[in-house]
Amino acid sequence: MADQSSLLQMQGIRKSFVGVEVLHGVDLDLRTGEVHAIVGENGAGKSTLMKILAGVYSPDEGAIRIEGEEVSFTHPAQAQQVGVGIVYQEFNLLPDRNVAENVFVGREPLKRGLVDRRKMERETAALLEEVGESSFGPRTPVRWLSVAQQQVVEIIKARSLNARILVLDEPTAALAEHEVELLFTLVRRLQELGVGILYISHRLREVFQLSSRITVIKDGGVVKTLDTVDCDQRTLVNLMVGRELDGYFPPRGVAEDLGEVRLAAKGISTSLLRDVSLHVRAGEIVGLAGLQGSGRTELARAVFGADPVDSGTIEVEGKAVRFRTPRQAVRAGLGFITEDRKAEGLALGQSIADNMMLAVRTIIPAHKRRSMPGLMTVKELAEVTELRAQGPDQEVRFLSGGNQQKVVLAKWLETQPRILIFDEPTRGIDVGAKAGIHDLIRKLAKDGVAVLMISSELPELIGMSDRILVMHEGRLAGELPAGASEPEIMELATGSQEVAA
Amino acid sequence: MTVVDPPEQSSGTAAVQGPSRFAAWRVGILASPAAPVYGALIGIFVIAWIVVTIKGGTFLTVPNIVNMLQRSVALGIVSAGQTMVILLGSLDLSVAWLISLASLVTATTMDGQESNVLPAILLVLALGVGFGLVNGLIITKLRVNAFIATLGTALIIQGIIQYQWNGPAGNVPTSFSQDLGYTRFGVIPMSFFLLVAVVVVIFFLLRSTRFGYRIYAVGGSEDVSKLSGLRTHRTIIGAHIVCSLTAVITGIFLAARLKAGTPTVGPDGGYDLESIAAVVLGGTALMGGRGGVVGTVGGVAILAVLDNAFNQLEFNAFLKDVVRGIIIIAAVAVYARRQEKQA
Repeated sequence: MADQSSLLQMQGIRKSFVGVEVLHGVDLDLRTGEVHAIVGENGAGKSTLMKILAGVYSPDEGAIRIEGEEVSFTHPAQAQQVGVGIVYQEFNLLPDRNVAENVFVGREPLKRGLVDRRKMERETAALLEEVGESSFGPRTPVRWLSVAQQQVVEIIKARSLNARILVLDEPTAALAEHEVELLFTLVRRLQELGVGILYISHRLREVFQLSSRITVIKDGGVVKTLDTVDCDQRTLVNLMVGRELDGYFPPRGVAEDLGEVRLAAKGISTSLLRDVSLHVRAGEIVGLAGLQGSGRTELARAVFGADPVDSGTIEVEGKAVRFRTPRQAVRAGLGFITEDRKAEGLALGQSIADNMMLAVRTIIPAHKRRSMPGLMTVKELAEVTELRAQGPDQEVRFLSGGNQQKVVLAKWLETQPRILIFDEPTRGIDVGAKAGIHDLIRKLAKDGVAVLMISSELPELIGMSDRILVMHEGRLAGELPAGASEPEIMELATGSQEVAA
Repeated sequence: MTVVDPPEQSSGTAAVQGPSRFAAWRVGILASPAAPVYGALIGIFVIAWIVVTIKGGTFLTVPNIVNMLQRSVALGIVSAGQTMVILLGSLDLSVAWLISLASLVTATTMDGQESNVLPAILLVLALGVGFGLVNGLIITKLRVNAFIATLGTALIIQGIIQYQWNGPAGNVPTSFSQDLGYTRFGVIPMSFFLLVAVVVVIFFLLRSTRFGYRIYAVGGSEDVSKLSGLRTHRTIIGAHIVCSLTAVITGIFLAARLKAGTPTVGPDGGYDLESIAAVVLGGTALMGGRGGVVGTVGGVAILAVLDNAFNQLEFNAFLKDVVRGIIIIAAVAVYARRQEKQA
């Protein structure tokens, strides 16, 4: 085990929360300059393990050695000092502070006892330049940055700490395809500098592209650590879920499933959209592709009445509507599963039952709900969505990402929607739960719901959609039939085809 | 402080020069959270001036301005401290009773003896550190919400005061009282320099020290700060100590003004809620993380101008509170809108 290049060793790590053991003796090692991928379903214990490494939790049992020396942390600061950097899935940035202030938070450089603002900004500028980021500067407030830009801030923050061990938790979950490439370049550069990287991801393609070894974690224990060259995607998935996953995606719809046009938008323009038209039929899943910032989410928000529309018309079931608030949209039969489920989809501190009933309670008064047909109980909703939880009173924040998403879905199912908009429906969700959500979306379509699905994961978009619309810089760049290829979509999304035409 | 922070967006290019640099600087001032505070202050000042003058009062005269400055001192000092804890996402409701306690301890310790002045001041400052520490420890280690924690300490201090004293007590030596309470340099009262000193120190703390940066960080998000390796408890306790220190300094000043300690001087002045109102009126977010002491000074000035105008117009006391209430609500509503636009 203890070969010369061993950077980090975690041995026999055990951890319990309120009597429930979530890690049963995990062993993990990391070599200098290695990318070591950690895969496993959500709730398998990856995050807990990483938080132990970062000093957020202390292990009940087990040892951590960095370059052979045993360490124990009681505070994240101590982990940082010995060179452990971690970029969490949820970004840890202060929106009201600027980039430099965020990079150096807690360890601002001093000059004669005072914060050396200039040095801080200079060093931040240098770090930004190094990663080739020029779209923003050290003084830009983080509030103004996109998700991808915020991730760059997170990474340069870890880099400025001289991290020798860097944990990247689902780094690509929030990125569009072309941004992923930039991230990979960055990861490889860090690797050359001898940084050991623990790379957590659900996107197996990335794992194969980047890592030299893979550790599979399941139910709080290590299933196996293998060399990447010795295994293929299928083996890996089987190890992760412990069962054979045949098709990733449910079969597509057939022509008979298609009904009338449910949702039609004509010439929608807002501050970020220019003349976008689309329609979605009952029973159809329309995929909406595009790069981050191409206006996909903005379109969804405009249709849903969450953002103002400057011009253009929206028709729901043939009737022209003008939603000024999401409430009007919900009453008209729309549902919107947002990209950021923690901030916009769920009341994290409330129970599963309360979250499931959140939307329906606000649009239908209690006395009408009692006699309304088709309304499901919390128990039925949990069954339909195959939710795994302790009970209806469990607080949503304790659920894994996949189960949280199921609660969001249940919330909308209860309103008996006729049009559903999904924005990144499986972001940060493990393989097993992903398939469950895909099945559910297809089943909804089969039952006659019109589905508009935004996704940055092209395999998902291609596998699920009956039709694919591609956006580029606020416009609709084109439409592709079911089964379009990734290059076809990327061509439209990057605008390379427009230039050629 | 984020007051004059030109939003240069260049990472490596030093392209912003000459007139464009000046423009960026101007935008920086207008974009700063303190800008609308001073806009409002100017507006209110002009209206007050016109109305008071029409009604036959005197507004824009040296004595009246000095009067306003004088009356701003006590609230200004404690509000500067309150700014620190509010930026942190905390608040301090115990300042009013702590002011009373400080005034009593100052006056009784001095007991008319000039030789006791320095020991008394040191004792009272230590008292401030002590109560700030207690507030901070209750909030961090016992995990009691700041609202309840400081309400609790306020009640405790109130109990101590009412057990120990039932009226004005102690005696501040005339020389000290004159020096701090009444001396003027030209037209500027000495006490105004005390306010300026406190504000400058806090401005400096927030803008140029790690402690200040950490206050913004913890106020922005305690979780983020913790995960970034910040020892958040130290920051919270530190800010509460500074806040309590400003309260006891206010107490010393009020003892000097009144020549004696008074059990009700703090709560009668409404320094607890008034200081919070001044901070919020100054554009600092009640949830923390955004704002600064420059805005607070503006907030205090707005309250002082209103107070002065109402007094001269012999406003009905109840109507006075109604107007103040409306202004505070309107101000915060305007800030919320601005915030939304920037997001």
